[in-house]
Amino acid sequence: MRRGNSTGITMTSVGVFILFYIPLLCVAMFSFNANKFGLTWGGFTFDWYAKMFHNEVIMKAAWNTLLLAVVSTLLSTVLGTMLAIGMYRFPWKKKTMGKLDMLLHLPVVTPDIIFAVALVIAFSAIRHFTGLFELGMPSMIVGHVTFQISFVALVVRGRLEMIGHDVEEAAYDLYADHKRVLFKILLPLLKPGIMAGAMLAFTLSLDDFVISFFTAGPKSTTLPLFIYSALKRGVTPEIHALSTIIMILTIVLVLAMQKFTAKNGGEMH
Amino acid sequence: MTNENKNVPEKDKPDGSYTVFHGALVKKKVLSRRAFSFVSPGFLWSLIFLVIPCLALFAVSFASRGDYGQIEWNFSIDNMKRLAGFGYFGWSADNLLIVWRSIVVAVVTTFLCVVLSYPLAFFLVSRPDKSRTVWLTLLLIPFWTNLVIRTYAWFLALAPNMPLAKLLAEVGAIEPGTALYPSTFAVYIGMVSMFLPFVALPLYTAVEKMDWALVEAARDLYSGGWRVFRHAILPQTMPGLSVGITLTLVPAMGMFVVPDMLGGSRYMLIGNLIQQQFGTSRDWPFGAALSLVLMFLTLSALMASRRHELKKKEA
Repeated sequence: MRRGNSTGITMTSVGVFILFYIPLLCVAMFSFNANKFGLTWGGFTFDWYAKMFHNEVIMKAAWNTLLLAVVSTLLSTVLGTMLAIGMYRFPWKKKTMGKLDMLLHLPVVTPDIIFAVALVIAFSAIRHFTGLFELGMPSMIVGHVTFQISFVALVVRGRLEMIGHDVEEAAYDLYADHKRVLFKILLPLLKPGIMAGAMLAFTLSLDDFVISFFTAGPKSTTLPLFIYSALKRGVTPEIHALSTIIMILTIVLVLAMQKFTAKNGGEMH
Repeated sequence: MTNENKNVPEKDKPDGSYTVFHGALVKKKVLSRRAFSFVSPGFLWSLIFLVIPCLALFAVSFASRGDYGQIEWNFSIDNMKRLAGFGYFGWSADNLLIVWRSIVVAVVTTFLCVVLSYPLAFFLVSRPDKSRTVWLTLLLIPFWTNLVIRTYAWFLALAPNMPLAKLLAEVGAIEPGTALYPSTFAVYIGMVSMFLPFVALPLYTAVEKMDWALVEAARDLYSGGWRVFRHAILPQTMPGLSVGITLTLVPAMGMFVVPDMLGGSRYMLIGNLIQQQFGTSRDWPFGAALSLVLMFLTLSALMASRRHELKKKEA
């Protein structure tokens, strides 16, 4: 029964994959199209890729995207890991724990637009009182870190549950002090979880559009924002080339994550 | 703080201010200080940039827009009234219609995703181990591909000169030389392909753990297809299904990129309306009020699924 599938199931599934990949393949195909205007085929060319790499605006946006992802990932990995250890390695009261847990899950279940809008208001209030925090890279980093923390903490929590308390208890029995247990036992054991959390945070940052869209300033355009605004202005083949490169990077990232989880036997979701 | 280690008798402890924590004897005070120092950076961050902004959102929704787009702090419920349709020019159903449309689009999208995900999940579990990894990777790639790029890809695929539009023009379903957007069809195809992995992945996990003996038993007792699904498959895959539904329903209600790009200006959802208030219209109070409505819708969806789970546990 289990192996035998009806043709209906197979056909639907293949249909779904076609639904996923046909549009993406269209983009990839047109990135090699020599015709600049319209969507008719005019021969094969690599010109758009060359042009794209010489386009200063695109390169700046790529740099911004990377900067945003790296900085926010570093910050959120530290904060998220600390939060996970603090929450799940200390005997909190049940009530406090419930509240902390709710706070942790809040960004995961709130639609990102609400979250982005709330941040915009908060930033404007901070700007009003302190004159700091013009919308731009810092505000985007803050926005990204805020939702990444939760995901990092949840992944690290999974790892904490997996490793259990035994090794730590043994270390305490042998008169290791708190610092030693943390740096020599807990953190090395947590490393795969922390890495997985960081990778997830990085991908989430690259993937984000809504929060960047609301919190970006005029000079901090990222690639998704650039593509979105380019669509409003009219599409150029450079956009196809850019999208294709981002898709390839995504595929590489997905494969890397899969390899990583397979090696460490952890869950990513 | 509570004593976690219950099996240490009270008299063995040197004094009440000590506790045994994973084999280490520590002062309660020290332990709680340590716990606080671990939690507080992340906690404070979330408090400042998540909880307080959400409360601010609540406050701003009762303010009103000044002449130059600034916020005027006069407590009023004008925004709520406006949402309910009472505008300057009498009652109109526009805003309510947008809210209703958002709910419909989210529910229909979720339903379509579920309907397509079941065959997909069965297909995936029936693959031999080796090729299954490949199929799963194929499912993960669109899951992680940027939302804007995927929407844009549909924008391109449904364009006038592409085979699909040409085919439909040939049949006479659309005018030759026109694109398949803006249309309801384009919005749904965009939404479904966007959210399908969110349902399919948790559902796959649930189907993988399923006990097939129950399906066989149902078949042995001459159940038809629907009854096998309803009584043998559905209850077993419920956990994965409810995760998938929540993961789709919640973001689908707030989605604005897909309707913006594929639905055109006439296909407004609540997300687009919020974006407009914070963009061109610069009416933050009304935008905040709309966000509250969206938050309310989200919470009710979450509560419904939570209640369902609790009921399941009791039964």
